[in-house]
Parts: sequence; structure tokens; C-alpha cells
Amino acid sequence: MSTRMRILIAVVGFVSLVAVALAAIGSAAGPTRRAAHAGTPGAVSLDPGPRLIARSTARDTRDHLVAVAASDPAGPRTVAQISCVRVSAAGGTGICLRLADGLRTFEAVVLGPDGTEHRALPLVGVPNRARVSPSGRLVTWTVFVTGDSYNGGRFATRVGILDTGTGDLVSTLEDWAVSVDGRPYQAEDLNFWGVTFAPDDRYFYATMSTAGRRYLVHGDLTTRSIRTVRENVECPSLSPDGTRLAFKSAVAGDPDRGWRLSVLDLAGGGVLPLAETRSVDDQAAWIDARTVAYGLRRGGGHADVWQVPADGSGAPSVLIPDADSPATLAGPVEPSADRPKT
Amino acid sequence: MYLSTIDRPAKDAARSRRPRRPPAGISANVLALGAVSLLTDVSSEMVTAVLPLYFVLALDMSPAAYGVMDGLYTGATALLRLVGGYLADRTRRRKRVAGVGYAISALAKPALLVAGGSMPALGAVIVADRAGKGLRSAPRDALITLSTPEPMLGRAFGVHRAMDSAGAFAGPLVALGLLAVVGAASPAAFDALFITSFCIACMGLLTLALFTRDRRAETSPAEPVTARAALGLLGSVRVRRLVYAAALLGLATIGDGFVYLVLMDRQGFSAGWFPLCAVGTNLVYLTLAAPFGALADRWGRKRMLLCGYTALCVGYLLLFGPLSATWTTVLVLGCLGMFYAAADGVLMALAGPVLPASLRTTGLALVQTAQALAYLVSSVAFGLAWVNYGPATATRVAAGAVLAAIAVTAVLLPEPAPEEALA
Repeated sequence: MSTRMRILIAVVGFVSLVAVALAAIGSAAGPTRRAAHAGTPGAVSLDPGPRLIARSTARDTRDHLVAVAASDPAGPRTVAQISCVRVSAAGGTGICLRLADGLRTFEAVVLGPDGTEHRALPLVGVPNRARVSPSGRLVTWTVFVTGDSYNGGRFATRVGILDTGTGDLVSTLEDWAVSVDGRPYQAEDLNFWGVTFAPDDRYFYATMSTAGRRYLVHGDLTTRSIRTVRENVECPSLSPDGTRLAFKSAVAGDPDRGWRLSVLDLAGGGVLPLAETRSVDDQAAWIDARTVAYGLRRGGGHADVWQVPADGSGAPSVLIPDADSPATLAGPVEPSADRPKT
Repeated sequence: MYLSTIDRPAKDAARSRRPRRPPAGISANVLALGAVSLLTDVSSEMVTAVLPLYFVLALDMSPAAYGVMDGLYTGATALLRLVGGYLADRTRRRKRVAGVGYAISALAKPALLVAGGSMPALGAVIVADRAGKGLRSAPRDALITLSTPEPMLGRAFGVHRAMDSAGAFAGPLVALGLLAVVGAASPAAFDALFITSFCIACMGLLTLALFTRDRRAETSPAEPVTARAALGLLGSVRVRRLVYAAALLGLATIGDGFVYLVLMDRQGFSAGWFPLCAVGTNLVYLTLAAPFGALADRWGRKRMLLCGYTALCVGYLLLFGPLSATWTTVLVLGCLGMFYAAADGVLMALAGPVLPASLRTTGLALVQTAQALAYLVSSVAFGLAWVNYGPATATRVAAGAVLAAIAVTAVLLPEPAPEEALA
């Protein structure tokens, strides 16, 4: 092949490859930018009421916080201006974890009852879980952090908790007093994720991993202490009456084989696998005293919020189509309340 | 711009005059291979930079799943590297074996799209990408040694490594720029990023196919390459010493991640800056690789390697030294970059002449594998030391290990040929 020919082929090849790349970037940029400008300021109120919030995965409103009526969750949705990678809300307070400018860093944004941004905190790492305490006073998030000592720069998780009343910030649980099986425990490889608050704004449950084991832990914000409760419980979610925990249970104790959504009875210690048999990698949300909701991906960047009875009966069904990160705005439920299900 | 420079020597007339060309130039083949590496590194690093984001944001993976994916990176390539080296020598088609490696890594990018959220599929794609990398390094380095007169090997490797790390430097910036243009880290944005990465990898493949030449005629076809002959490499004292030296190099390096962690702890800066440490090191590396390589040719490659070790040792000691946090960061990153510039390509330049041309790819693969496996061991060992004795003690022990490596290398490695040639 002559040199001239080679150069010709190279030029033609390079130009067409650049064209393909630019076309791909252009076709992604259009809808993404349109979606970014969707939503109306103040459209979504976080005041307690018979509504659910979620994060949209629909093409034209992707990532936006949306609200739907609890009586018609698949029906019309109001779209907020704010975009998040994870949202949650309770007691008139919302938390939105989102990409900050520059797309390199993230921030946790605390939202007030009218959906306005009250406070933004920079996050170190990629956010993953978010929760608000039933009273709306405490917010928490989990981020994946690159590079903790023991694993040579691989991912670790870190939990943050903010008291929106006092402004006190817990930036990590790793320096708290930890006890495993009742004995004081110290290790470099402590990882925490998936906090869920008790209604008293003092106690919480979370997941802790150390030395290859994953524990359900009980934490106390007043004494800054943490104790293990049992093993193989991840991403707990406390029921409105505080007696049960929905969680993801590693199939046969091996996370590689997927997760089974289950409910733990805190008093009796019994574990009930729920009717959802697909692998659910999410921190479930209680939408009433006997139903949990969770996001399930369905490819192409879309997800649906599903619901399943918390007593192991029934079958899963779609609650909010084309969304994830669900939460209910219904106020605290009385333990005895037996509300009709929609 | 390299197109014009590699144009002329490709002609047969110029080729026959090659040995009499002034030793100032770098072979067109090396420049072309450097361009291939540059493009391939832009392509792969732009994906590597956003892969954690992609897993967590677009695929919604949990931390445990990410750990599994991450573990797949290591150890996936060692054996394949040796097999690839041997195949390249046996068929004497080094360019083709390297090309297969580049092609596998290129195809891994669209495969990421197809794999979607399936863990096993994603794992397979990542292993394939690493396998491609393992397959191509030794044949590529063998081509560099076979395209370069022996006294200039250091400079040739220096230029190649500079272009290579320039690609690694630019990759994450390209990725960030692309995400900024698209406007969000949406699934569509990641799709566009993977397609762009694939296109850049294809440019690398095209460059390889059109502008690099295999050196089949210049290796002695008389000696058949057999598995026995390949194993026989280890019978040679000089080769064994090289392998020991490479393993020592691997053992003495503790993993940049650890170094950056200490810096972050001391500086108190947040983990979001973690990737910037690598940028700093890479910048020093790509600036110094070519001049250090040239210097190694004139001054002695072994001496350059020992200087690199010294820089590494100083860097480790500075981590818990008396300097202010800012100076510590600047100097440590500088030392790390200097170490890579003085060690990585220079070791290959040291190894090239020791290995017979017919078995050079296998031999280089052997040296690289020894280094990679030793590095794996040292990372685990250092991690344990960190947990048990704390970072300060652990890094001082590491500095001690580097000192030991300096002493052993000084005794072990024979005085390299270039000094004799110049004397």
C-alpha cells in the first residue's frame, strides 16, 4: 500500500470516527438538556399529605423530583425543578443528593416544606442512599468514597447525618464507639451505609461491614455508640410503627447471588421473605404500615417503583411507573391504624 | 502531526539507509506505536475515570457489587500476557498479536453498553478489556526494541511512555468535558461516552494497522520458537537476574493509591481530590519520561534505574517527613513521577538487549509479569502493614524495602551494555 493511500485511509477513517462520536454526543445532549430544564419551581410541596414523591426516570423529566397522589400513583405527576440522583422526604423535610456543578462532585441539598433549597452540603464521593427521620429533623445519606486505606483506593462507603434543627453534622460513623456482639470493637475497615431513623430522632439502624461480614447495627446519636444486632441485614428500613425492618437479604448469604427483599420482626427476630423474587438492590421505603416500595431497573436507564405487601403475602405490582427513590409524605402512622389500601 | 514524520521512513529506499541515520531521531515505528498507545489510553482512561460513577449512578450498584467488579481488574492478565508473548514470538506476528489486544479492548467499550446492568456480563467485559491490555504490552514493547538501535533504546521507550501517559492524562479530561457538554451524568451521557471511547480506540487501531510495521524479516527465522526454548530463557543467568530485578521493582512499589491516601490524610483534603493526585504524578511522568530515557542511554540505564529508586525512597520518607502539607504533596507527587520516568521504560530498555530477538516478546512478557505479580503481593502486604502498624510505620518500612531493592539491584544487574558501547 502506498503512503499516499495509507494517509488517505487514515484521514477518511479518522474523520468518520470523529463524526460518529460527535453524533453520539449530540444525540445525548439534546434530550438531556431538555430534561434538565423541565419542572416548575415550587410545584412540589413536601408538606405531609396523601402524596408520594419519587425521582423520575422518564425521558423528558429525567432525574427530577416528582410527586403523585397516593390514590393515583400512576396518574399525573407534578414535576419539581430540582434534579437529583436520590431523593427522600418525611415530616416536611426533603433530601436531594445531586451532582454539583462540574459534574465531579456531589452535594446533599436539604429541602423545606415548600420544596425550596434550605442548605447544601458538599459530599465526598458518589451518593447512594438517602433518608429523612419521620419528624423531618434528621437527614442522612450514604456515599461511596474512593480510596480508604485498607483496600488500596477501592470503594468504601461513608454515612453522613445532619440535624436540620441544630445544624450538627455527623460526617462519619467510623470514629464512634462500636461494639460487636457486646464487645468493644476497633478496626480500620469499618464501613457504614443505609441509615434508617427511629421516630424519636435519637436511635437509628444501619448496615456495617467489617472483616468481610455485614451487620445490622443499632446506633445512638446521643452517646455516639453503635452495637451490632445481627448479621446479613443490609439497607434496613424501619416500619412506621418501629417494630419491623424491611431489608435486602443476600441470597444464601452471598451478595453476588442477588438480594431478596425481606422483613425482620425486631421483637421476635423472625425473618420473612417477601413475595418479590427479583433481586432488589435498594433501601426499601414503607408507604404505609403494611406495604413497602422499592425501585427496580428495567434497562435503558429507566426504573419503576414497585410495591409488595410486607407480610410475605400477595404479589409485587408497579406503584409509580418510570421512577425510583420512592417516599411517602403521609404523616406518622399510628401503630394500630388499619388504613384501606388503594 | 506525526503523520508527516512517519511518512518518509516507511519507503523502502529510506529503510535501507536506516542504519546510517543520525542517532538523534526516533524511529517512525516507535512514534506510530506511541500514537497508538496515546489514542488507546485516552479511550480507556476516559472510561476508567467514569466507571465508578457509571456503576453507581447509571446502574445503581451497591458497594459490595463494586468491590467485586474492582477485584476483577487484578490478576486477570498475568497468564495471558505470557501466552500472548509466546504466541507473538512463535508466529513472529507481533503486530498482529498486539493488534488483537488493542481490538479486544476497543470492542469492550460498546460491549459495556450491551452488558447493561448485568453483573456477570459487566465482569466479563472488564476482564476482556484487561486481557486485551495484557496481550498487547509485550508485543508492543518487543516491536519498540526491534525498531530501535540498541544504544537508543532508553530514549525510544522514554518517548513511547511519554506519549502513552499523555493519553492517560488526557483521558479523564476528555470524559469530564464530554459529560459537561452533554449536561448531566445521565445514562444517555454514558452511552455517548462509551461510543466516543470506542471511536478513539478505533483511531488507535487504524494507526496501528496503517503506520506500524512488524519486524518479521529482522528476526532470525532459523531458530524455531518452541515452548522449550521459551522456558530455556529462565536458564540464562542474565535473564533470571532481570526477572528478579523486575520482581524487586514490583515489591518496592506500594501502590499509588496508598500514597495518595496518606497525602489526603495529612492534607485534610477530601477524597474528591483523589483523582487529581494521579494527574499530578502523570504530569511529572510524561514530562520526564523522554529526557530520562535519553539520559539513561548516555549515562547508564542501571544508574538511571537506581536514581529512580532513590526518588521513590525519598518520596516515601517525605510522606511523614518534616515539611508542610503543601510541600509534602508537591514533592511526593514529583518523586513518584520521577520514579516512573526513571524506572518503567528504562527497565524495558535494559531488558531488550539481554533477550534474544526471537524470544524477545516472551522475555519482556516474563519481566512484566514478574513485576505485576510482585506488585500485587506488595499491595496486599502493605495494606496489612497499614492496618496493623499504622501508615507512618508502614511507609517507613516501605522506604526501607526500597533501600534494600537499591542494594540488591546494584549487585544483581550487570553493568549495562550502552556504557561499554559509548566508552
